[in-house]
Amino acid sequence: MQPLEMSAVDLVAALRQGDITAVECATVFLDRIEATNGSINAFLAVDREGALARAADIDARRKAGKPVGPLAGLPVALKDVLCTADMPTTCASKMLAGFRPPYDADVVARLRRADAVFVGKTNMDEFAMGGSNENSAFGPVRNPWDLSRAPGGSSGGSAACVAADMAPVAIGSDTGGSIRQPAGLCGITGLKPTYGRVSRRGLIAFASSLDQIGPMARSAADCALIMETIAGHDPGDSTSLAVDVPRYTDLIDKPLTGVRIGRVPEHFAAGLDPEVAKGVEEAFAVLMAAGATVHDVQLPHAKYGIPTYYLIAPCEASSNLARYDGAHYGHRAEPGKGHRAEAGGQRSAGQAGGFESPLVEMYCRSRAEGFGPEVKRRIMLGTYALSAGYYDAYYAKALRVRRLIRQDYLDAFQTVDLIGGPVSATPAFKLGEKTDDPLAMYLVDLYTVGTNLAGVGGISFPCGFTKSGLPIGFQLQAPPLAEPLLLQAADRFQRLTDWHRRRPQAMEGGKA
Amino acid sequence: MSTSPQTLTTKDVAKVGLLARLALSEADLERMAGELSKIVGFVSMLGELDTADVAPLAHPLDTQNVFRDDVPAASLSTAEALQSAPRHDGECFLVPAVLGESSAA
Repeated sequence: MQPLEMSAVDLVAALRQGDITAVECATVFLDRIEATNGSINAFLAVDREGALARAADIDARRKAGKPVGPLAGLPVALKDVLCTADMPTTCASKMLAGFRPPYDADVVARLRRADAVFVGKTNMDEFAMGGSNENSAFGPVRNPWDLSRAPGGSSGGSAACVAADMAPVAIGSDTGGSIRQPAGLCGITGLKPTYGRVSRRGLIAFASSLDQIGPMARSAADCALIMETIAGHDPGDSTSLAVDVPRYTDLIDKPLTGVRIGRVPEHFAAGLDPEVAKGVEEAFAVLMAAGATVHDVQLPHAKYGIPTYYLIAPCEASSNLARYDGAHYGHRAEPGKGHRAEAGGQRSAGQAGGFESPLVEMYCRSRAEGFGPEVKRRIMLGTYALSAGYYDAYYAKALRVRRLIRQDYLDAFQTVDLIGGPVSATPAFKLGEKTDDPLAMYLVDLYTVGTNLAGVGGISFPCGFTKSGLPIGFQLQAPPLAEPLLLQAADRFQRLTDWHRRRPQAMEGGKA
Repeated sequence: MSTSPQTLTTKDVAKVGLLARLALSEADLERMAGELSKIVGFVSMLGELDTADVAPLAHPLDTQNVFRDDVPAASLSTAEALQSAPRHDGECFLVPAVLGESSAA
C-alpha cells in the first residue's frame, strides 16, 4: 500500500519496522501538498525544509538504536490557531500575518516529543470564527469532494488536507463544532474531546470556556492514537484535567453489546436534508447491528443552543481579542495614514467624539485594519452584550440557559451512554452561498454547539454519501471523559462500513 | 442608548465600537446597525425562558482556583517578549502618547 493511502496507525508501524523511512514518508506527503494545495488552499504555510530535517534526525536516531517517540516520523498538519515556535502562526488573520510565537502550544510540544513531523499550518476561519472557512484572510479552502463547495469550518484546512491525502492526521480546534462539522462535510473523522482533556496553552483563544483541541484523521483508530499523545494535564492550563490518560488504542476494539445510544427526535425536524436524514438513520441501524440499542431521549433546551452560543462565544471573544492592540505583537496601523473607510474615502472614524487619545486611536485603527468582517461583528456583539445595561439581559441570561442545556445532557446520560445524530443539517454547501447572511451561517452549528456548552465530548465520522457524491456525517456525543466509548463506537462502525475509506474522485491520481 | 434593546442605532454602534477599540466608518456603522440588530433580535429568544431560579454557568467544569507552588520559574526573556513587537527600543514597547488629543488624521 502507498503511504498516501495508509492509516496513521499503519504508517507508524511501517516506520517502526523500517518498511519506510521518515524522510521518504515526509517527502510523499510534502509532494502531495505541493501538487494539490493550489486547488484546495488547505495550507497557509508548508515547512518542507523543517519537516525533512526533522525526519532525517528521526531516521538517524532510529538507525543508531537511540530512542524515538511513539509517533516517530508521522506527518501531522497543525491548524494555524496553534502556536509554533518555528513556524508563523496567523489564525488566518491579517492581524497576525508573519507573527512568530515565542513558544510552542502544549499540544505542539507533546507531538514534537512524540517525534511527529509537522508538514505545515492549515487554513481556517479567521480566529476560528466561522463554519465555512470563507472567513480566512488568505482565501477560502475548497472541499476536495467538490471544489465549488465549502469544506466547513472553522478547521476547514485541517479537514480538507486529510480528505485530500495531504496529511494522514491534522490537529483542529472546536469551539462550537469546528472539528466535527468540517470533518462531516469532508468525509473524515474528527474528535472534540471533553473540555479540559487537552491543554489549551498556546491555542490562540477564541472562547476560553468552549475551546477544545482534538484530532482529525481518516478513522477513529487514528484519532485514538493521536489522543494518547495530545491528551493530559498541563500545569500551564489551569482548566486542563488532572486525570490519567487511558490507552485509547487498547480500549476501542470491543463490541458494542449493551451500549445504549440516544436518538433525539427533534434532530429529524424540518430543515434536515432528506439524504442526510437517511444516512443518519442507516448509521443507527449499523450501530444496532453491532450490538447497541437505540432509545429516544430529549434535550428540551436544544433549540436555545444557537442563541446561547452566539452570546457566550462573542462575549468571551470580545474579551480575548482585546489583546490585539498593535503594541505587543500583530498588526499596527501606520501613524498619519488614517483608516481607509470602505466607502466615502478617508475619515477619522464614524464614531462621534474621536478616539480619546493618540494611543486609543492607534488601537482602533490597528484593529480596524487587522480584523476581518466576521471577527469585528463578533467583537461588537460581545462588547454590546457585556456593556452596562445589557449584561444581565444578554450575557448573564445566556449563562443561565447554558446551565439548563448542560443539565439536559446530564439527564439524558442517566439513561443512555451516547447520543447519536446528524452533525450538520446539509451536506457541504456552495462557496458564497451563505456569506451575505451572518445569521444563516450561524445556524450551521445547530447540532454541534450543545456539546461545547455542556463541556462534553463528541465525534463525527462519515456514514454515507449523497447522490451527488458529497459525504454525510454522523455525530456521537458522550458524557465527560467518555472518549474511549466514543472512539470504540466509531471504530466499530468503521469496521462494519467503508465510508471512511472512500476518496474524492477529483483527487484520485491527482499526484503527477 | 436606544430605548429598545433589540434595535441598535448607528449611535449605539459607534459607542460600542469605541468600547471595542474598533475604528468604524459611516458605512460600517450603517451595516453593523442592521446586522447586529438582526442578531440581537434572534438571540433575544432566550427571553422566553424563565431562568429566575437558575444560577449562571460560566464554565463547564466545577473548577476552583488552581495554585502552583510559589517557586521561581523561567519566563520569556525581554528579547523573546519583544520579538514580534511592531515598535520597541530593545527594552520597552513603544506606543503613541497615552494622553492628549487624537490626531484625527
